[in-house]
Amino acid sequence: MSRISQLFKKKKERILNIYFTAGFPELDSTLTLMKLLQENGADMIELGMPYSDPLADGPVIQSSGSRALCNGMTIAKLFEQLKDFRKEIDLPVVLMGYMNPILQFGFEKFCATCAVAGIDGLILPDLPEHEYELEYEAILKKYGLDFIFLVTPETSDARIRRLDAFSNGFLYAVSSSSITGKDKDFEEVDKYLSRLRSMNLKNPVLVGFGIKDRLSFQSACRHAAGAIIGTAFIRALENSASLKESVKGFMDAVLK
Amino acid sequence: MINRNISLNRGSYKQPNIFGYYGNFGGAYVPEMLYRNVEELRDQYLRIIYEDSFQQEFKALLKDYVGRPSPLYHAKRLSEHYRTKIYLKREDLNHTGAHKINNAIGQVLLALRLGKKRIIAETGAGQHGVATATICALKGIECVVYMGSKDIERQAPNVARMKMLGAEVVPATSGSQTLKDATNEAIRDWINHPDNTHYVIGSVVGPHPYPDMVARFQSVISEETRAQLKEQEGRELPTKVIACVGGGSNAAGAFYHFLDEESVELIAVEAAGLGVYSGHSAATTRLGKTGVLHGSKSLVMQTEDGQVIEPHSISAGMDYPGIGPLHAHLFESGRARFLSATDQQALDAAFELTRLEGIIPALESAHALAALKEIRFNPKDITVLCLSGRGDKDLDAFMKAFEVQPKNSYEQDQSVI
Ligand SMILES: Cc1ncc(COP(=O)(O)O)c(C=O)c1O
Repeated sequence: MSRISQLFKKKKERILNIYFTAGFPELDSTLTLMKLLQENGADMIELGMPYSDPLADGPVIQSSGSRALCNGMTIAKLFEQLKDFRKEIDLPVVLMGYMNPILQFGFEKFCATCAVAGIDGLILPDLPEHEYELEYEAILKKYGLDFIFLVTPETSDARIRRLDAFSNGFLYAVSSSSITGKDKDFEEVDKYLSRLRSMNLKNPVLVGFGIKDRLSFQSACRHAAGAIIGTAFIRALENSASLKESVKGFMDAVLK
Repeated sequence: MINRNISLNRGSYKQPNIFGYYGNFGGAYVPEMLYRNVEELRDQYLRIIYEDSFQQEFKALLKDYVGRPSPLYHAKRLSEHYRTKIYLKREDLNHTGAHKINNAIGQVLLALRLGKKRIIAETGAGQHGVATATICALKGIECVVYMGSKDIERQAPNVARMKMLGAEVVPATSGSQTLKDATNEAIRDWINHPDNTHYVIGSVVGPHPYPDMVARFQSVISEETRAQLKEQEGRELPTKVIACVGGGSNAAGAFYHFLDEESVELIAVEAAGLGVYSGHSAATTRLGKTGVLHGSKSLVMQTEDGQVIEPHSISAGMDYPGIGPLHAHLFESGRARFLSATDQQALDAAFELTRLEGIIPALESAHALAALKEIRFNPKDITVLCLSGRGDKDLDAFMKAFEVQPKNSYEQDQSVI
């Protein structure tokens, strides 16, 4: 059973997955932040691989990515940083990124390197399920990586079932058909999430996009196994004098 | 389960397969947030654009509003200079000054039939933005144009035109603040307004069905060319067709009805900027590798790590780090020949046409003209060159070129940069 599935087996609710961009705010803060998140109560980590043209991300995450690229972050560099991370990090870790840099790296080589490093899964928002099924599913399976699809309130039931069937680990529910970082109307989110819940999907659901504090986290947890926080966490790091204090402050505010 | 026979059908030049592939290029690499919009377009576009009422309205606007058919003009002095027979397809004479209006009208008419209330577009030089703002003014529909903040500075007259036409011009301040970032911002806007908005992409790029849809709207160029050649030359097929390629829409339109005519040589001309290997170039087929940009798999200029490179061309309309998937396929299969022209060669060619024919071409189109020097012609050849736009918008660049090189030096010294 994958590390992600084990987590959901052990803990059925209030799962908190924190997103941050690798190489931000400093090139070598990647591992430091992972450790701090683990110490401060995160259940899972979504590590963003910076890209010049991140279509599905909002301005805050994009600018963290630009800074990471300026800092010199690349996929090869990231794998160097992740070489021994499993000695210190037990949390499930998924990589989030865009197809182009991975195609350049070589898709299979990328998956193989992920597996060796101890990465658990991938989120690639611009990989369509048609291509996934045709070309990539077999490679991901070969290296034992979970692949997580996104669904939105506009995704039809039939398509949700299809994407759920393709996904492993969890299903990523975008809280509105919207890029990351925007405030969401809780009531609408509620309706959408209860619809997802009533579908009895194969995978647990994590809510992403627009979750920023204790209140929105709790609201998301009413109908889903947990949530993903990205933009708000990046904001907390933007002008951080001490990563240690920023992470602790942020996590306490969400969880306590 | 996917029907593998269908998905492995490689598409033809004129028609991608059902997943939007021309050979190895195309597809729809869009995040789920855009799936419904793209699916709606994919499921509806062919039905709508071949409805009689659509065709009637589209053709009437092309005729009475744009001024089509655009002339196929036998450029005699240019022909003499190159010892062959050259026709210019005069897209520069269209309303708003370029071929871009053909596609803008088609897409806005389509958007209205889909019940959309708001139009968004990206623009580089501003030609596509102006064309879109124009048809939106005509139809009384809201129009928002994303434009890199650097381009807003560089292309002030077109920004003013869009504003006068009632469009909102939104600066794209992310990334390199040019066309590719304007495209990112437009896509984000579309993600945030999934219900009421249509995104009018300005070239044969983007996720399926955009490349095919835009090619069909631009195919009027070659449809007319065939009829005009028949009338003027007694034959429908030229020997060669030459067009510049930024994203590739005027070339797709100029090639379209000749794609399956093997005797017709197709020549695409990219912008080499300061030189293909200068590090300041936009020659995608020379420098690009297979990748995914703005929703389709194509050739993309990128670093070794797969970060998209900001290209360079003197001409903002050529300044794009990718090309449409159709062109990537034409390149890979060898069906079209790809040449490139530097900034200086394009400037020289623009002056040459101006002095020989009294036509000031857009700098984009000047790249196609510059290729005339690279091509071996038989006197009996009949060449059609797509003059995609007029040069009014480029007077600044031309004036600067005047300053650095005294009058007529373009004829004596081609190597000055
Ligand atoms: C006059 C003109 N020609 C050519 C182009 C390049 O675009 P495409 O390759 O899509 O025709 C542009 C783009 O702005 C243009 O304005």
